Amino acid sequence: MLEVALSHAFPGFALEAEFAAPGGVTALFGPSGCGKSTILAAVAGLLRPREGRIALDGAVLLDTARGISVPAERRRCGVVFQDARLFPHLSVETNLRYGLRRAPRGAEGPGFEAVVALLGIGHLLRRRPLGLSGGERQRVALGRALLARPRLLLMDEPLAALDAARRAEVLPFLARLRDAAGLPILYVTHALDEVDALADTLVLLEAGRVAAAGPVEALSARTDLPQLSRRRDAGALLACTVLAHDAARGLTRLGFPGGELVTPLRPEPAGARLRVRLRARDVAVAVTEPHGLSVHNILPCRLEGMSEAGPQEVFLRLGLGPTTLLARVTRDTPSRLGLAPGMALWALVKSVAFDRAAAAGEAEPATPLPATPVLEPAP
Amino acid sequence: MGWLTPEEWGAVRLSLEVALRSVAMGLPPAILAAWLLARARFPGRPLLDALVHLPLVMPPVVVGWLLLVTFGVRGPIGAVLNEWFGVRLVFTTEGASLATAVMAFPLIVRAVRLSLESVDTGLEAAARTLGAGPLDRFATITLPLMAPGILAGGITAFAAGLGEFGAVITFASNIPGETQTLPLAIYAATQTPGGEATAARLALVSFALAVGGLLLAEAVARRMWRLLGRAAPS
Repeated sequence: MLEVALSHAFPGFALEAEFAAPGGVTALFGPSGCGKSTILAAVAGLLRPREGRIALDGAVLLDTARGISVPAERRRCGVVFQDARLFPHLSVETNLRYGLRRAPRGAEGPGFEAVVALLGIGHLLRRRPLGLSGGERQRVALGRALLARPRLLLMDEPLAALDAARRAEVLPFLARLRDAAGLPILYVTHALDEVDALADTLVLLEAGRVAAAGPVEALSARTDLPQLSRRRDAGALLACTVLAHDAARGLTRLGFPGGELVTPLRPEPAGARLRVRLRARDVAVAVTEPHGLSVHNILPCRLEGMSEAGPQEVFLRLGLGPTTLLARVTRDTPSRLGLAPGMALWALVKSVAFDRAAAAGEAEPATPLPATPVLEPAP
Repeated sequence: MGWLTPEEWGAVRLSLEVALRSVAMGLPPAILAAWLLARARFPGRPLLDALVHLPLVMPPVVVGWLLLVTFGVRGPIGAVLNEWFGVRLVFTTEGASLATAVMAFPLIVRAVRLSLESVDTGLEAAARTLGAGPLDRFATITLPLMAPGILAGGITAFAAGLGEFGAVITFASNIPGETQTLPLAIYAATQTPGGEATAARLALVSFALAVGGLLLAEAVARRMWRLLGRAAPS
């Protein structure tokens, strides 16, 4: 558990943020200039905020009131920077071992070979950082941070400097690392697809303040957070489990709390966990149970409420058991259909609607890396 | 090479020795001064900056005279060195090296400072998060990344040190085999009837060493920048 409370002032900008990050991946999400990187630098110890308190699993890293500030080199917070920051005069292997050599004796974490295999960088070990592609550099930077045996991983927009193809290359490695490292991760980003793919907890930042914080799925179904709801791809995130495949018909059944979805055949094995963003604009509603439609997913639900989704559109919040879906409809729809909160409706979702969004789902669960203590003596 | 007399060879060797010593002597304080000027924020910074560059703008003879006043056997530092350690700098090879080092100091500081300013502080921050303390960081990240500048500054200072005249002759005098470096030997030869040939030969050697040194500095720096994967700062 990471607890952060900070207050800092730059010329023309004030940061006043407080949040807690339970285990797993906590995404700090917001537009550039909202203070997310400042928070990360303060946690890493690279920036001293005017006032604040930062504690990791009860150990105080910073407490300005008590005059405590553990220097960055002793905080054991591994950082992955946007620009990788590999040491240009050292080989990839020496870069990777830089933190490992300086890790405290007895610190546990995955071994060198395991990390190299996890990130697929074995063929790069003798190269210099200069000759690497952006994606390779970022993978090496991930390995270097992980090998320093940190207690917390901090990632500052690690994919932002990469083009779409490189991002797609690195993202699965990030997901594997998250599953294998078993470390809390603080992940700064302004890309929603990275949040969908990686984050468990979301901290929404706006102009130096925390607008909302909580589990990603819960926040995604809220319509009162402009940062999320004003997006064209706004929609509920569903934590799904692959129930079964029907190869003959080319379909996969996904289960989520409160219902099931049918999607085009997916590569994940039955039992795999998968997160699906069901975009509100891909969801339609019917007041009577429809028949004779090509739409596979006709989900009985209850209208929980309505709210504005822009000048000409309205969000419908649809409850399915514990899950809330969002549907984006035109402004006249509620009056045309006579919608009122509490009404029973049918939510219609085309099977092919969310296959692209689902591509941002989790990678296959990786086996946890064996933990080995630091044995290599510093040369 | 048979075309130099043993005395002339002695002057060449002594010049190389003095220049080498001056670089060895000047480099560590120059790195410290460059670091202070590039990174530290303290009230006396402009003063230090001016002090470092003083030998560049002052007449060398004045520098030599100042050294004589401070490091002479009756000077405040020279007296201590002489009485406590039995070290005498005036009129010795060590003294010639000190005078040369002082004169070359601004050159080294400038080159080192330039390279230090081109070191990405982000890399040092990264080293910090990987558990490297201040000295560790400096030794494993900052210093290697500054290496091209340090080397270039050292070679330039070495080449310039071969030719230092005013400060050396004022502080260390013109003693053959002790403090008579190339330029001093050339000067002595021009003052001696029939010494034109010696002067010409030594001048040629001096010219070759200076040009060679500069070319070497350039080549080494370029190679090292390439090794670090960056373009040389222009």
